[in-house]
Amino acid sequence: MIRTRALSGGVHLDDRKISSGKPVEFAGIPPEIVLFMSQHTGAPAKPVVKAGDHVLAGQVVGEAQSFVSASVHASTSGTVKAVEDRYHPILAKPSTAVVIEPDGKGEIWEGVAPGSDDISTLSPEDIIKIARNAGLVGLGGAAFPTAVKLSPPKDKPIDVYLLNGAECEPYLTCDARLMVEEADEIVFGFTAMMKAVGAPRGIVCIEDNKPEAIMAMEKAISGKPGIELCVLKTRYPQGGEKQLIQVVLGREVPPPPGLPFDVGVVVSNVGTAYSLAKALRTGMPLVDRVVTVTGAVGSPSNFRVLLGTQVSFLIEKAGGYTGEPGKVIMGGPMMGVSLPRTDVPVLKGTTGIVVMTKDEVNLDKPLPCIRCGRCVDSCPLRLLPVWIAAYSDRGMYEEAEKYRALDCCECGVCAYRCPSRRPLVQSVRLAKQAIMEERRARAQKVSG
Amino acid sequence: MIEAILTMGISGLAFGVLLGVAARKFRVEQDPRVSRIIEVLPGANCGGCGYPGCSGLAAAIVAGQAPVNACTVGGNTVAEKVAGIMGVQASAVTARVAMVYCQGSRDVAEPRAEYVGIEACRALDQLGGVKGCPYGCLGLGSCVKACKFGAMYMSSQGIPVVIREKCTGCGACVKACPRKLIELVPADKQVHILCRSYDKGPVVRKYCKVGCIACQACVRACPLKAISMDRGTLARIDYSLCDNCEICVSKCPVKTIVSYKLREEKAVS
Repeated sequence: MIRTRALSGGVHLDDRKISSGKPVEFAGIPPEIVLFMSQHTGAPAKPVVKAGDHVLAGQVVGEAQSFVSASVHASTSGTVKAVEDRYHPILAKPSTAVVIEPDGKGEIWEGVAPGSDDISTLSPEDIIKIARNAGLVGLGGAAFPTAVKLSPPKDKPIDVYLLNGAECEPYLTCDARLMVEEADEIVFGFTAMMKAVGAPRGIVCIEDNKPEAIMAMEKAISGKPGIELCVLKTRYPQGGEKQLIQVVLGREVPPPPGLPFDVGVVVSNVGTAYSLAKALRTGMPLVDRVVTVTGAVGSPSNFRVLLGTQVSFLIEKAGGYTGEPGKVIMGGPMMGVSLPRTDVPVLKGTTGIVVMTKDEVNLDKPLPCIRCGRCVDSCPLRLLPVWIAAYSDRGMYEEAEKYRALDCCECGVCAYRCPSRRPLVQSVRLAKQAIMEERRARAQKVSG
Repeated sequence: MIEAILTMGISGLAFGVLLGVAARKFRVEQDPRVSRIIEVLPGANCGGCGYPGCSGLAAAIVAGQAPVNACTVGGNTVAEKVAGIMGVQASAVTARVAMVYCQGSRDVAEPRAEYVGIEACRALDQLGGVKGCPYGCLGLGSCVKACKFGAMYMSSQGIPVVIREKCTGCGACVKACPRKLIELVPADKQVHILCRSYDKGPVVRKYCKVGCIACQACVRACPLKAISMDRGTLARIDYSLCDNCEICVSKCPVKTIVSYKLREEKAVS
């Protein structure tokens, strides 16, 4: 039994996991699939198909162009309608996408070949190669290419691999359901991940508000050497990579550019482990994921969704809106983005769709800061949101940078706790954007 | 008492002499033309010339790093005065004014969502805007706030309007727009295609009544071939070819193309 440490900062949230009892069901083939070339952290993929091409499920439609990138695969069979700019829900601007009109047959590409059921026959390089070819990215939200994560620098040995099943965001249940239903597959994928980085020890981390998932995972890891279970007290944002490492291992990841590698740890989401297991066994690349559609919808559900399915299609599948919708959020309610439109597709990093009614949404104007310091108390990274936001609001981005605006993980605890309802995270995000623009401009000046 | 007077008097005298000597010895020769140029410049310190304020520009002109007509705000009159001080001939300044390339006000491009948050266009741009058009005006007026000459205002339907007579072409609004919808155009050009949406026609029609639908009627109508399609989905005018004939204005089915001459005549009548 691992003794956990208290999370620095954070907040206890009403978790509202209303869809936790709903088994994962297939959402169906939508009338249109939109696959963005940029669904991950890093360089966008390059489209390798053109309008009129017939594609099959699992076929590459976008090729990764650099080390930190991920390929994109057709999620079902059909005809490529266009390669054009569509509105990207996360980047909030038009971005290149491959649009596919499904033929409904779901035929699988001949390049998808069943792999191995025995990890001992695979070398770490094989596993990394499979993850890369499968276009696998972290499915917890940030969508960091898994192959990069599985290739830590040689001078930084990894002694612990954490499997993240914390799912600390309220409402979301996709990871919890996956653990209940596919515990053995997750452990299979996790074992492969541990082998890829050479970690002798693996810890499955789950918050204590998911008893079913804990039971299922406990059963699945029994008899597996080197893998332990760690039950965490529910607290947000414990599922953050750095927070999880702090709570479970008591190690502190140095501020950026510090990475978990630096303290000998790699963290992956349970969904990622499941998708890797699927890629290992069947050869099927990342073409679907579990998405929780919840909140003010007819029947809150967990769907297995083909990537590129439109949000409006999923909301309809979940019984449509109940009451007047006030907000549709992609991701969890704390870190997700509220969508200005629902004709946007599910991306690799989309964990959930949360609908809130008009009554639930607070549209009050922010009030002046009263210097209560709650944002400072609750920041899990021990930043001073009050000062970063104050400088950002005045356009003093250099000062915001000195207060380490770039370290912010945008967990939203500061804004949640602010009694004046100030949009602190938004201020920080603006500062981050301005600082990065300034850096790029400076880099250009130096090179040009 | 007497000691105090003596101490203060003597030390005062000593410092006075010291300062006097220093003033002569370490004197910095400044070109008298700099201060004279500062006097004729508008003094708004808008930064439109690219130098830090009017004094920065004056120093640059005297040093020969900036042309005598570098001040867009002052226009021809200031350029002539500066040229007089510098003893050279000023070439004419082409007066430029800001042009907002979007007409998507609330009545023609209906907002689909409500926004509560930081009242700055850059902040809303990070969320994609509320009007459905990913290219168009966000409507929070960051450009108007940036204008130091009171030459812009927000219309009642939430779109920025440039008062062309007051606009000095300093470019502050151009920098303030996160969607790059404002450009400086030659003031004598009257005909403009006010849209920057690269979406295809049917998509544009869904969110905006006055957006370019790429029908290419203007391209065919233009006798001077001044209009061409950008990326195949957006008509653009080459101002160096346009002669303000206004044929395209009448051909445009969605009224994306406007003529300021026609507008002003209408206002007069």
